[in-house]
Amino acid sequence: MNISSLFSQFMGGLTAAMFLFLIASGLSLIFGVLRVLNFAHGSFYMLGAYIAWQVVHWAQPSGAAFWLAALGAALGVAILGGVIERLLFRFLYGREELYQLLFTYALVLILGDAAKIIWGTDQLSVSRPAILNGGFEVLGTTVPYYNLFIILIGPAIALGVWLMLTRTSLGRMVRAAALDREMLDALGANVGWLYTGMFMLSAALAGLAGALVTPIQSIVPGMDVEIIVQAFIVVVIGGLGSFWGTFWGSMLYGQVLSFGILIFPGFSLFSVFALMTVILIVRPWGLFGKPIR
Amino acid sequence: MSRFNLRSERVPWALIVFLIALWLPWVGSRYDTLIGTQILIYALFALSLNLLLGVTGLVSFGHVAYFGLGAYICALLMKSLHWPFLLSFPAAGLGAGLFALVFGFFCVRLTKIYFAMLTLAFSQIVWAICFKWNDVTGGDQGLPDVPFPDLAWMSSLPGFGHFRIGDEFYFLVLVLVMLCVAALRRLERSPFGRVLTTIRENPERAAFVGVNVRAYELAAFTVAGIFGGFSGALFGIFNRGVYADFVFWSKSADVMIMTILGGMNHFWGPVVGAAVLTILNQQITSYTEYWPLVLGTILVVLLFAFPGGIMGALDAGWTRLTHRRRNA
Repeated sequence: MNISSLFSQFMGGLTAAMFLFLIASGLSLIFGVLRVLNFAHGSFYMLGAYIAWQVVHWAQPSGAAFWLAALGAALGVAILGGVIERLLFRFLYGREELYQLLFTYALVLILGDAAKIIWGTDQLSVSRPAILNGGFEVLGTTVPYYNLFIILIGPAIALGVWLMLTRTSLGRMVRAAALDREMLDALGANVGWLYTGMFMLSAALAGLAGALVTPIQSIVPGMDVEIIVQAFIVVVIGGLGSFWGTFWGSMLYGQVLSFGILIFPGFSLFSVFALMTVILIVRPWGLFGKPIR
Repeated sequence: MSRFNLRSERVPWALIVFLIALWLPWVGSRYDTLIGTQILIYALFALSLNLLLGVTGLVSFGHVAYFGLGAYICALLMKSLHWPFLLSFPAAGLGAGLFALVFGFFCVRLTKIYFAMLTLAFSQIVWAICFKWNDVTGGDQGLPDVPFPDLAWMSSLPGFGHFRIGDEFYFLVLVLVMLCVAALRRLERSPFGRVLTTIRENPERAAFVGVNVRAYELAAFTVAGIFGGFSGALFGIFNRGVYADFVFWSKSADVMIMTILGGMNHFWGPVVGAAVLTILNQQITSYTEYWPLVLGTILVVLLFAFPGGIMGALDAGWTRLTHRRRNA
């Protein structure tokens, strides 16, 4: 095995990791604040991909079509998320986890079929933006510019959200809401809309990820349940609700998946689950999470 | 004080259900028998989940793992090793229970949502193994052509002569499921079951009065795994094959919906839920391919309007009815 193929595996793992991070960060954010595992997060991602396709379809000749699509997907899914949270989901906050979990599962069922009704069951694809066509050669491996773009945008968004959470007054409120919702409410903060806002931000991240994945993967029904399991593994590895945990969790996941193919061909999926099992047994709260009782 | 009460322990509901269900192959069509078998199997699966969900208050989102394990173990033993059903069936339950014991050991260390996620994670591990271990589980091809148990002796019974294998299997499933139901009911009414309910109501207080909460939770998890394994074993034979999507996480949600729909605070709730959802599924999929949309909508209505499920609503209605009559 030479350095070139190792590097190629590494880059593949890194790109996969950054996509996963975009998706898992929203999942982790919502869990950190609302303590809800949102199964519908994968559906938001899928809808983002479909909306992106639709926007590209409408704005086709324009060179900016792809960027417009990414923006449209993030905004469209954020609005959908906001409406769902305001009209339905917020009434379940006081209820048992079971009802919240099942509600997000109901969304998976409804949104999955809605996408089938609107866009059909055929595979759809979007070509990558013209500026990012081609690639460059490193260590004998061609790295497409688009993959480089994804690898850069992941950490950029991570940094952006982290700064928002730690350096702004909004972020302080979000962290306070995660600790003690009632106290924050009593102090006069509008917790209801804060939750709505976080739900929309999380949905926007999923929608954006869905749009950005379209030049690499075709859009198919069922991509929602497939991705939610992967995002779920990432947040479990990293530690639920821990932002940097999600980042490193996705890095680890991407590399284990990528090199797992080299070590056990055909069993790469298994290597990821093995990693998760070991972490769950040794540190059930994840690599970066805090022990909970 | 002999007022008739639906919840009364004096009404032998298990016997009544058994006697009614027994007539199905004589009265109904082959199709009805098929649906009946499916309902019975799902009812057992949902009941085993409810031992955790409704009785102990543990939200297991990975219960499908034990259903799948039971199905694979029974199918492998019967198909590859040619074991008789009489041995394969208990082995499937015990095998699934053993896995539940091991996984449960790690799961019961966590609570609430973390418990739910760890159970989900383990079920996905089982899924990945079933999906990828081609040599044993057949991978994505699954295990087709699982043989029926040898039921030829049944046709020598008076009145049973004209039945096909599907009807005979229905009788077998009916007897086995009813035995399991009776066992589960006995268990829930036993001191052991009462302790589980105490844990659901208040784990801290249960611990304070000297109950080893984790040990009881683990025991409940294992028993639920055993009965889940039994239902999976029957389903594998019923379906004439075992496939990896038996173990996919969304199946855990589906059985949870059955339990909630019927009502998880009532012993018969999961049975009612399994029956209603199976029949509804058959009816609606003949009109439209968008069954998930319908199921999702039902679920949303249920969560917001009828959190107690069908049995909860019936109970409330019955109470109101008898109350009014007494006041009049």
